[in-house]
Amino acid sequence: MIQDFVITFLLIGYAVSVLLTFGTILTWVERKQAAVMSDRIGANRAYVRIPFTQVKLIWLGLFHGMADGLKMMLKEDFRPKTYDALGYALGPWVTFVPVLLVFAVIPFGGTLDPGRLIPALAGWFDGRTYTLQIARLDAGLLVIFAFGGITIIGAMLSGWSSNNKFSLLGALRAGSQMISYEVVMALTILGLILIWGTVDLGEIVRLQSGRVFHFLPAWGIVLQPFAAILFLVAAIAENKRIPFDLPEAESELIAGYYTEYSAMKMGLFMFAEFIEIAIVGALFTTLFLGGYNPPWMDDGGFALGGGPIGLPHWMMVPVQLGTFLVKVLVVCSFQILVRWSLPRFRYDQLLAFAWKFMFPLALANLGVTAAVLWLMER
Amino acid sequence: MNAVRPVPPKRGPPRPKYWNEPVMSGWENAYIFEVARGLFITGRIFTRNMLRWISGGKGALTTYYPEETRADYAPANRGKHILVQRADGTPQCIACNLCATVCPAKVIEIEAAFNPDNPEHPKYPARFEIDYSRCIFCGLCVEACPEDAIRMLKEVPNLPSLTRVDMWLKKEELLAWNPANDGAKR
Repeated sequence: MIQDFVITFLLIGYAVSVLLTFGTILTWVERKQAAVMSDRIGANRAYVRIPFTQVKLIWLGLFHGMADGLKMMLKEDFRPKTYDALGYALGPWVTFVPVLLVFAVIPFGGTLDPGRLIPALAGWFDGRTYTLQIARLDAGLLVIFAFGGITIIGAMLSGWSSNNKFSLLGALRAGSQMISYEVVMALTILGLILIWGTVDLGEIVRLQSGRVFHFLPAWGIVLQPFAAILFLVAAIAENKRIPFDLPEAESELIAGYYTEYSAMKMGLFMFAEFIEIAIVGALFTTLFLGGYNPPWMDDGGFALGGGPIGLPHWMMVPVQLGTFLVKVLVVCSFQILVRWSLPRFRYDQLLAFAWKFMFPLALANLGVTAAVLWLMER
Repeated sequence: MNAVRPVPPKRGPPRPKYWNEPVMSGWENAYIFEVARGLFITGRIFTRNMLRWISGGKGALTTYYPEETRADYAPANRGKHILVQRADGTPQCIACNLCATVCPAKVIEIEAAFNPDNPEHPKYPARFEIDYSRCIFCGLCVEACPEDAIRMLKEVPNLPSLTRVDMWLKKEELLAWNPANDGAKR
């Protein structure tokens, strides 16, 4: 019992530190990638000087994230005169906490056998194994959508309680946009659920280590390429990033629903947004890119040609953890590429795109998937 | 009574159109292909620049300002000043104060002194200072000089500093600037 507690505690620590690190690193990645894409150098002036020396550590501008955090903590904590001080104070947290909670059901590694990893503790663990996932829920995907829904409340709450018309407009836009795209997002996933017959994310990842036509990995992107594109688009819209950043469109609404927030409260919104990039990356990886497994590999080991070539357990765990992080980073990088390539939609275009373009396509995808599955079963 | 009459069409040649009507093919209207093309372009540039950075080159057009200076200033660029020297190394300046007088930003300060040993040029500048925090690089000092004693190079004075005092340049620095490959000093 106490062993389970220790392992779960370690997993939570790992997940939270990974998310916070991603939130910080992605600010740097976003700056640098945008700079490299547009023939610039990017932020590289913040440095840390080693005390009592003249050695300045620049590290390609990695310390700009630190400078950002410091600035947000030292700024004045401005509070507007509002009739709903409680809602105003709750807003950032209602946005930020569900984003962290979503990660609880995402598997970020295969099976962990602590007894085999550390032989000294083999007796204590007594052959227990754990999946590298904080909460092994059968309803994994449903939980993700439930928590994603809470984020909408956070955006609406902060916009409504700020007592500012820009905030209110931003909140209205955020509400209608996020609800619309959440419908599309759920519909695109339904095809995958039909194929795999489960919403347990760990099970979905294990099923993806199979084969299609004997050589292609049975990743979601291979089985449902159409759904993958739709899901990514809907997820970017759900995350309110360019080209769907209408809720905070700087040129129209100052900062949208968090106009009235300053200092670390605004920092929480930004942080939540950057972590959400990583969450979208993790979700896309889990559903469409085979999760923590490299191609042609499962918990047993590599299995491309003949039988599986096993890896020792102490290598298997880091390989799977690392694969997951690399895949997430690639998807994050793609999102940043989209953000710096495309112009923003007009608002009516945005909703029309959701309901008149993506919604029918998602429905068609679902229908075709159902028909093909039905034909294959007969 | 006052029925609205239709506006008659205007006579004369049609008005010239100064803009292009957006002509979009069905391919472009489908949006998704153009999005893919745009992503391909930005991704290609990203990859190209990343390869340049990784292979030790420079994948950006930007110049790091204090660390690097651009090599491509125009030959006619009005940059930093130099004081021209005579063959014996003394400044050609006769401390007539014309440059200081004409200077619109009033950045030149000259203190004249008397040298009895040189009957040809008895007057020389004991102090010749330029405040680069205020200089507007108009080149009027060069125009005004009767002795061709002050000139401007194409290189800019790289004086990034946190204090204004550091941007005052004295006679020695104006004489010592770029002495080797400076065509003005022969």
